[in-house]
Amino acid sequence: MNLLEIRKIPRVTAAGPRARRRSPDLIGLVYAAPAAVVVGLFFLAPLVLVVWMSLHKWPLLAAPAFNAPDNYTRIADNSLVADAILFTLRYTAVVTVLLFTVSFGLALLVQNRRRGVGIYRGAYFLPAAVGWATATLLFFGLLSDQIGPVNGLLESVGLIDEPVSWTAGDPSVAFGSTVVLVIWRWAGFNMIILLAGLQSIPVELYEAARVDGASPVQAFRRITLPMMRPTIALVLCLMVTGSMLGFEQFYILTRGGPGNSTTSVVMVIVREAFVRFDLGSAAALSVLVLVALVLLNALQFAAIRKRDS
Amino acid sequence: MRRPAFHLGSAFLAALFVLPILWSGWSSVRPGSGFSLDSYRRLATYGEGVGVYLTNTVLLVVLTVTGTVAVSTLAGYAFSRFAFPGRRILFGLILAILMVPYPTILIPLYVLLGKLGLQDSLVGLALVMIMFQLPFAVFMMRNSFAAVPRALDDAALIDGCGSFGVLMRVLLPAVAPGLVTVGLFAFLASWNDYVAPLILISSDERFPLPVAIVNMRLHDFGAVDYPTMQAGVMFMAAPCLALFLVLQRFYVRGFMSGALRG
Repeated sequence: MNLLEIRKIPRVTAAGPRARRRSPDLIGLVYAAPAAVVVGLFFLAPLVLVVWMSLHKWPLLAAPAFNAPDNYTRIADNSLVADAILFTLRYTAVVTVLLFTVSFGLALLVQNRRRGVGIYRGAYFLPAAVGWATATLLFFGLLSDQIGPVNGLLESVGLIDEPVSWTAGDPSVAFGSTVVLVIWRWAGFNMIILLAGLQSIPVELYEAARVDGASPVQAFRRITLPMMRPTIALVLCLMVTGSMLGFEQFYILTRGGPGNSTTSVVMVIVREAFVRFDLGSAAALSVLVLVALVLLNALQFAAIRKRDS
Repeated sequence: MRRPAFHLGSAFLAALFVLPILWSGWSSVRPGSGFSLDSYRRLATYGEGVGVYLTNTVLLVVLTVTGTVAVSTLAGYAFSRFAFPGRRILFGLILAILMVPYPTILIPLYVLLGKLGLQDSLVGLALVMIMFQLPFAVFMMRNSFAAVPRALDDAALIDGCGSFGVLMRVLLPAVAPGLVTVGLFAFLASWNDYVAPLILISSDERFPLPVAIVNMRLHDFGAVDYPTMQAGVMFMAAPCLALFLVLQRFYVRGFMSGALRG
């Protein structure tokens, strides 16, 4: 296993390498044209269209009609939306804290080169190699009382007295199941990113600290944490964004239930569009989510930049 | 940490991560009390037949991978070698795709593809998947080209190659690792993605595998065929697990490139 041969996370910069002056630069336009067409047609056009749609009554199968700002005002009256927003925020907070703790713990556990460590890294990462929807479906079977081993195992060690419905019984149990699923599938992925951060810290720093008589805890707080700040920021950014946009873990594992207790914002968007056939309302919600997340990302990037400089 | 404690703890954790996958494989071959491939036989005739869904997925994968590799190679070449007008704007726009949450532009894309005559079409879906791959793929290819010394281009130009000849004959072999990484991630995205086909594809005979298999859970009210569903899970997971074991180096290379989607 040769996970983690790479020591640094390259930074995204807009400028890139200096292009050569003498080359026939216009021919570059030809090479960049396919990318420009894809970006224009499938990225910029839908961005404009989603705003346009949000200003219209836009049924799935009939002609649209201008109705601004009805789609937006009706979002405020829709109690399902309010519940979904609250649920998504709560879910994001819980997942981010737990997933980060587990991922960072795993990264610290396997950061040193020693016998067998590559196997452990590979094992923790393995669920991340399986597709997200596939993993969710796998978990649905694992947690089912039809073929799943979970109830039997827990009963045999005496943790539960009777079979529990992990995905459709108690709302907090269903919530817990989605959190466990997310940690199982994504911890190894985040561990790899954190591990790269850990390994980019010069060993000399730790050696100097040891010579100066620092304890491992002090070294962790004074060296590891400060040096890891950009990586931690990146990982938290990914976790928050991913959780805010959570869909599969609810749509597939819990069906948004029991009741609507695990219905996320993205699930509401899909429901507005393809169950209620109201594309205008779905577009208005999309615009709000888009603005919220772009603002959030911009804030996080600004924070990272500031710390870096 | 002391060595026995380290190995005991690590191995226990490893079991927690690996056992669910092993369990899925196990339960797919034990629908009753003994070993049997019945659930795979039932999978073969599920819905339109798993062959139809597999064909759809393979078509989607081939279009997405070739499209992503072609577009990002040309763009990476352009960004690393030519100071063409609009270069910074285009690069910024491509990276901006990362800022926009995936599910929020699928609703307008549904309408837009309809206007382009690509409603309910795997070609339309592949074009959307290519777009979502671009930030990672272009970034990766630009850096791959940038790592190749200009002297190579110059030598080929003196030998009479045009700029396209330089790309095809001299640079492509040099950026092959980048190409594999870009292709691998395009494969994983198009093989596994659930949300985009769920929204953009509406007829059963055009569903890719994930949508078709997940429908076993969503549409069979009350009576889910669990072993067949796990057979479906294994069927979708197997190529990904195999690729992970064979291409680990490229996995890590991709994850470390900063262009990550959560």
